[in-house]
Amino acid sequence: MPTFIIRRLLQSLLVMLVVSLIAFALFRFVGDPVHQMVGLETGIEERARIRWELGLNDPVIVQFARFAWNALHLSFGNSYQFKKPVIELITERFPATIELSVVSALLAITLGIPMGVYAAIHRSSWLSALFLILSLVGVSLPIFVLGILLILVFSVTLGWLPSFGRGDVVDLGYWATGLLTTSGLKAIVLPATTLALFQMALIVRLVRAEMSEILRSDYIKFARARGLRPATVYFGHALRNALLPVITITGLQFGSIIAFAIVTETVFQWPGMGLLFLKAVQNADIPIMSAYLLLVSLIFVSINFAVDMLYAAVDPRIRIDVRTG
Amino acid sequence: MSGQDDSLALPDGSRQIVLQSEPQLLGRELIYSFCHSGITIVSAIAVVSLILAAVLAPWIAPHDPFDLRQLNLLDSHAPPAWLKGGDARFLLGTDDQGRDILSAILYGLRLSLTIGALAAALAAFVGVILGLIAGYSRGKLDSFIMRVADVQLTFPAILIALLIDGTVRAINTEFIGEQRALWVLVLAISLSYWVQYARVVRVATIVEAQKDYVLAARLIGIRPPVILFTHVLPNVIGPAMVILTINLAFAIILEATLSFLGVGLPPTQPSLGTLIRVGNNFLFSGEWWMAVFPSIVLAALVVAVNVIGDWLRDALNPKLR
Repeated sequence: MPTFIIRRLLQSLLVMLVVSLIAFALFRFVGDPVHQMVGLETGIEERARIRWELGLNDPVIVQFARFAWNALHLSFGNSYQFKKPVIELITERFPATIELSVVSALLAITLGIPMGVYAAIHRSSWLSALFLILSLVGVSLPIFVLGILLILVFSVTLGWLPSFGRGDVVDLGYWATGLLTTSGLKAIVLPATTLALFQMALIVRLVRAEMSEILRSDYIKFARARGLRPATVYFGHALRNALLPVITITGLQFGSIIAFAIVTETVFQWPGMGLLFLKAVQNADIPIMSAYLLLVSLIFVSINFAVDMLYAAVDPRIRIDVRTG
Repeated sequence: MSGQDDSLALPDGSRQIVLQSEPQLLGRELIYSFCHSGITIVSAIAVVSLILAAVLAPWIAPHDPFDLRQLNLLDSHAPPAWLKGGDARFLLGTDDQGRDILSAILYGLRLSLTIGALAAALAAFVGVILGLIAGYSRGKLDSFIMRVADVQLTFPAILIALLIDGTVRAINTEFIGEQRALWVLVLAISLSYWVQYARVVRVATIVEAQKDYVLAARLIGIRPPVILFTHVLPNVIGPAMVILTINLAFAIILEATLSFLGVGLPPTQPSLGTLIRVGNNFLFSGEWWMAVFPSIVLAALVVAVNVIGDWLRDALNPKLR
């Protein structure tokens, strides 16, 4: 087990190193950082001075070391568009994205697993067919189309729920939450549903596929033959084994929830990191892009690491790590 | 990403088993299962008609949405023909510039399908070649390719596509031309999806490379590229084809998403995603048709492609047979 942990840890560090190299390359070589910082009337000498001050004449390896050191201290320079430190912009928006993502993930899990289990057990009932159609639509419908349709029905036509923004937020020091006010809760319903549907559809399909495969296996047949009650067979034996891959995939999918939040945040004008990143992409605001890339990668890599550890703790076969590649 | 066996985890969580079966038998079984799945037949008809509509757009579209002479601002904001204030010339209504929505959808469908197909094909091309090389060479090259794949797999495709797009934008600070926007999209989407092909093909290649015919070919001195492309490739291409179907749907969604986010095709050359983006601006003024009709076409296309992909995967999965 310790070898396994160390190996995974090294792999994670390698990924972060690669990502920081990419982020650095973006930061340093895409566009001219000096050009972006100064006005049109700045003279050549002034530019040269800034260039020297920023250390852009140092060897690349020194520059990368400095970039990494700054990144470790959460210093990513100033945004080209807002002329403000990137880290300020991101910390302002971080809670909004995390709240949206967590609420969506919880929604997807609490709805998806029971639906998948039901669809696997009652294969031919009409409710299972409905769940499967819902999951097919969920996988197929682009996230922004769903968002637009929800806005059209619940905001424009019925006028029940707000279509943009976060509502009122309560400031808890470092964290501004929208989950403690009525308007905040109302505001999160539509974006969270939009973001959750795709993940929910994945979970339904996955749980159903795993459960159906397991329900055909010998040990389930024997458990039934032993006269165990159906509930014990389904939930005590089958679901337990079916949940293993579900844990992995759901964990890994949390990363894509954060990524898909970019789309949801755009549709609902949700003031999160995703919206900030998209504006950065549209305006070639490299400091924000590279900071977002680093931050999001850190989240992804940590989740992957945690999921692998969890998986290894549950399934002893993994610890030996038979990678035939 | 350790702890994974040699089956491939598809993005929808199901696993693709490397297939081995008699080709002829497989063909007959495929036709049989196709004829016995009503929803698949319906989807196939839907996909074929949508492709036909896209190909024939210049001939069947009632208007040419790109011909500025035909546009008239007096025609703008017209609701669908069956509603009050509708115009019989514009079946699904018009947008803010007086463009016929139906015609715009037909042309948009053409662009969406083209980009989706090009991107899926390019991703398959890159992925299959890298998978073949990795699986056949093993050793350092293999580990390098697969490590890159592992790193990339950590990141959702949309993020990679956005980054590539943003980088190209930063390098080309001047206006990105319409033609170039299309190729940037194709590149961004295909580079986001090659990993799955590489993983599947690599595993299949490792299996094939240990078989007698490959050993025999090596023994009589046939060069590795010839062995790979004329002997191994036909035997490992099957699973890649299944992924291609499923990825086509993903590529279409990704293109639409990027265009919706405003980093894809410009409004002068709208794909379905761009049309929805433009229509979205008029949602609150009650002019729902501009966003809703392109959305329906996009959703129908992706659902149908997905149904076919699902069917193909189930039909080829030995565990479910």
